[in-house]
Amino acid sequence: MTETTEPDVTIDSRDATCPGPLMDLIGRVKTLEPGTVVELQTTERNSTTDVPEWLEEAGHDLLGIDERDDHWNIYVEVN
Amino acid sequence: MHRIAIVGAGTGGTVLANRLAEELQTEIEAGDVEVRLITADPEHVYKPMFLYVPFGKKTVEDAKRPVEELIDRRVTLSIGRVIDVDTDRKKLSFADSSVLAYDQLVLATGATLEPEAVPGLAEGGHHFYGPDGAERLRDELAEFTEGHLVLSVVGVPHMCPAAPVEFVLMVDDWLRERGLREDVDLTYTYPINRAHGLESIADWATDLFERRDIALETFFNVEEIDPDDEVIGTVEGNELEYDLLVAIPPHAGSDLVTDAGLGEDGWVDVDRNTLEATNAEDVYAVGDVADVPTSKAGSVAHYEAGVVADRLASRVRGQTPTATYDGKTVCFLEAGMSEATFIEFTYGEEPFVREPSKPLHWAKLGYNESYWLTARGLL
Ligand SMILES: Cc1cc2nc3c(=O)[nH]c(=O)nc-3n(C[C@H](O)[C@H](O)[C@H](O)COP(=O)(O)OP(=O)(O)OC[C@H]3O[C@@H](n4cnc5c(N)ncnc54)[C@H](O)[C@@H]3O)c2cc1C
Repeated sequence: MTETTEPDVTIDSRDATCPGPLMDLIGRVKTLEPGTVVELQTTERNSTTDVPEWLEEAGHDLLGIDERDDHWNIYVEVN
Repeated sequence: MHRIAIVGAGTGGTVLANRLAEELQTEIEAGDVEVRLITADPEHVYKPMFLYVPFGKKTVEDAKRPVEELIDRRVTLSIGRVIDVDTDRKKLSFADSSVLAYDQLVLATGATLEPEAVPGLAEGGHHFYGPDGAERLRDELAEFTEGHLVLSVVGVPHMCPAAPVEFVLMVDDWLRERGLREDVDLTYTYPINRAHGLESIADWATDLFERRDIALETFFNVEEIDPDDEVIGTVEGNELEYDLLVAIPPHAGSDLVTDAGLGEDGWVDVDRNTLEATNAEDVYAVGDVADVPTSKAGSVAHYEAGVVADRLASRVRGQTPTATYDGKTVCFLEAGMSEATFIEFTYGEEPFVREPSKPLHWAKLGYNESYWLTARGLL
């Protein structure tokens, strides 16, 4: 994923501790149409493994993970 | 006169009012300060008692005392529901149309249960998170002699992250004591990839579940319940049949908070150390309604109340407040009907789970009895 990707929905879960970011994502994904691209912002390192694992389980696509100065952006496409 | 208004007379609000009455005794008696505790419910409700109601060990009445009996005589008590907070004009509006001005405001309105947020949950599921739910579950459990009992954590965050694990360990023990465990299958479900948000509790619980034949389902996010066919459907596309569903319902903060622009989903955005609201001046939050990265627990409400009392007292005296909250959280966890363990941690720390013991179970029951002294600010 490159910095030019424009997500349809951004979820700012920075400063939330585990499992906050994943739960924020799950809560939102439930309400979104297939094809929606989501950017999840997290400062929790565990999210970089928990989120891909959940996407696999729930059948959504991981588009990529960008490491920023103080957080990660995880890009997801809803199926 | 300096007016301090506290909305909510649960654990956080009551401890705070009593602490302030003590710290500002002289100023209150001189008529320079007013500490006003406002609550919609004239009864103070100690929710941890509800965990014992389904097993017939406590009653809902054991969990209630009139707020009036718990507060210092220097605290002014107002019974009424606040329906609007105006942080620019520093005014509270009440359901009976009256209005109250404040100089400093503390929100301690707790969390509310929202079973309606999940289709079929209110009809198909039981819970022990409120008085009526706990009593209905007691009646249902008393009649439950065989089948599949599912404890499902539906809503996260929820009050007392330990309670679902405690419930399933207690029901296991309780069914064994009554000679029914052979005829009942037990399953515990959790939304993420392990049994609990805190890793050490997840490890501890997973090990105990294995030893006690409690099935564990993870990545289990409930989407809907079919109450007629008794089936749970998940966001992940799985289904689980049940005969008795005990769910931890989704929680929400307060509409007051969202409407006042103090935070999303009804939780107040605060500085996690000073507990001052991010989006308004002279507003604080304590207890479950404050959005801080630790458990929604009575112990948290209690420690936060101590910090806010110190900060408010400093303000009143024209001093710079220095007291801060470090995330201290303390929790007793029942491991069955006669053993418990204990954890303690601060922000970012992973707790250590001690081996469960009988003395810790007695300590938890003892704490519950002495809670009424805690609320009075005496412990
Ligand atoms: C089953 C169960 C077991 C638990 N076990 C434990 C445990 O073992 N240990 C532990 O530490 N914690 C435990 N907890 C959690 C603990 O009970 C809560 O974290 C605690 O009560 C939070 O205190 P509070 O002051 O924030 O809110 P509450 O105690 O919920 O009080 C909220 C107050 O606000 C009032 N209010 C709300 N809205 C308004 C309004 N608009 N106007 C006026 N008044 C209003 C209410 O009437 C109430 O007085 C448990 C909870 C449950 C449900």
